[in-house]
Amino acid sequence: MKKFRPDVDAPEYKGGHAPYDIIKEGTIALVVVALLTVIFATVFGSPDETQVTIKTWSTAMPVDFATTALSELNGTSGTAGYGPPYNHASTGQQIGPLKLAQWVGVRIPLNPTKDFVINPLASLPPSQPLSSSLSAWTSASAGTRSSWVGAYTKVSSKMAFTSGHVVVPSANDGPLPVMIDSLTQMARSGALDQALVTGHGFYTTDFTRVLLFLSDGSYLANKADAQHLTGEQWGMMNETGGYPGQAWLWLYTFWYQAPPFASSGNADALVWGLMMVLSLGLLAVPFIPGLRTIPRKSKVYRLIWREHYRGQA
Amino acid sequence: MSTEQIDRQWTTRLRKRVAGKLPPEKMLPDTQPAYVASWIYVFGVATLAALGVVIATGCLLAIRGPQWWHQSYIGHFVNSMHLWSVEIFFFAMVVHLWGKYFMAAWRGGRSLTWMTGVVLFLTSIATAFTGYASQTNFDSQWITTQAKDGINSTGAGAYFNVLNLGQMLMWHIVLLPLAAVALTGLHVVLVRLKGVVPPFEENATVGTPS
Repeated sequence: MKKFRPDVDAPEYKGGHAPYDIIKEGTIALVVVALLTVIFATVFGSPDETQVTIKTWSTAMPVDFATTALSELNGTSGTAGYGPPYNHASTGQQIGPLKLAQWVGVRIPLNPTKDFVINPLASLPPSQPLSSSLSAWTSASAGTRSSWVGAYTKVSSKMAFTSGHVVVPSANDGPLPVMIDSLTQMARSGALDQALVTGHGFYTTDFTRVLLFLSDGSYLANKADAQHLTGEQWGMMNETGGYPGQAWLWLYTFWYQAPPFASSGNADALVWGLMMVLSLGLLAVPFIPGLRTIPRKSKVYRLIWREHYRGQA
Repeated sequence: MSTEQIDRQWTTRLRKRVAGKLPPEKMLPDTQPAYVASWIYVFGVATLAALGVVIATGCLLAIRGPQWWHQSYIGHFVNSMHLWSVEIFFFAMVVHLWGKYFMAAWRGGRSLTWMTGVVLFLTSIATAFTGYASQTNFDSQWITTQAKDGINSTGAGAYFNVLNLGQMLMWHIVLLPLAAVALTGLHVVLVRLKGVVPPFEENATVGTPS
């Protein structure tokens, strides 16, 4: 006779049967769940925090907006230094020797200088002094542009928003003051929101560029911080307004709070790698000695089938 | 046409195979083994019921489009029902999963039932995530801009762009629900085929093969 493996094989059941109305049970479950849904929806509702736009951001924090625009030009923004799938600025995150993002490559190409600053400005109706500034930028060599951006970056710590304009102390920064101020004016009018989403034509459902630009600034993050949504606040599983959110992501979010992930530059790749391994482990529980033994050893099943065991006693 | 010819038809062979493996009394049983007497069994059917409510409320939201719920009181209420049915769905599903773990419900050749359940759980998480990404409000802006880093780090972000609302919405209302419903069907059929796992017998020596 084949050896009986208690964590793999099931004993033959020779006991009795009881009436079971599967349709009635399903109907009752559906009615109860529907009622609970209506009750929760009536009592608690659902959150709907208004979306952030480039216009609201640049109106509330014009200097932060202008500084972010500058960071797209001098390559210090999150997007400018991101790497794949947007650009080649870095190798992206990796799990040990596995450079998955780099191997897949740049599939959503994005040039922050052109896509976030130059092209939107070029879409505005021609006017002075912006037209000459753009012309100067376009015709300048890479070295000249770099020196202008460097000079503007040096004085940007004293940037201010005065009388409706972005102003910085004078420097040898060429067309930069006009370009940054014009982009800020464009943003405050709402035109930059449209310029960033209509890159693929009249109809669009792709908000990649505008969301990346928004996330490079501080406004979105400040708002999220106030709503306890940042990474250090178990953000991914939370929702605005104290709602339960995606509570089922607790384990995924937990790893971001724990060392070594909390301080790693490769935290995302490592946490995703770990979660993939754990998910495969969950999938393969029936085949993993030890894990599949816990249910029998823990004897929790005696609680579940207490009627059955009481009948046997 | 001869009987032999009819018997060789794909349709006839499939019908006979299905009827043999899963006769009506097995698909819709009117009795269950006596050990199926615990509240834990309720959570499987509760998960199915919640899935039904999730799909129904999602269909109601689909009628007027993805931004209707921001502008209409009724739309907002339907969105609230969609949200809470999802919360109930996950609660019931997680309790069901833990219950099945402590029953070691994979025993007796039921490992595929367990595995389809786990894949369904992971598919449901992806479906819910794409829903959160498609809300067209501050939550979706923040969640997608944060989630992109994790997905991009695996290389998948090059093809599964969470910042592309159109892509997320299509995955949320077409691809992932189709996968979830198909997996649910397969999971339920496997449960009916193999029956509910019997309790542990400490001194058992004879069992159904794995």
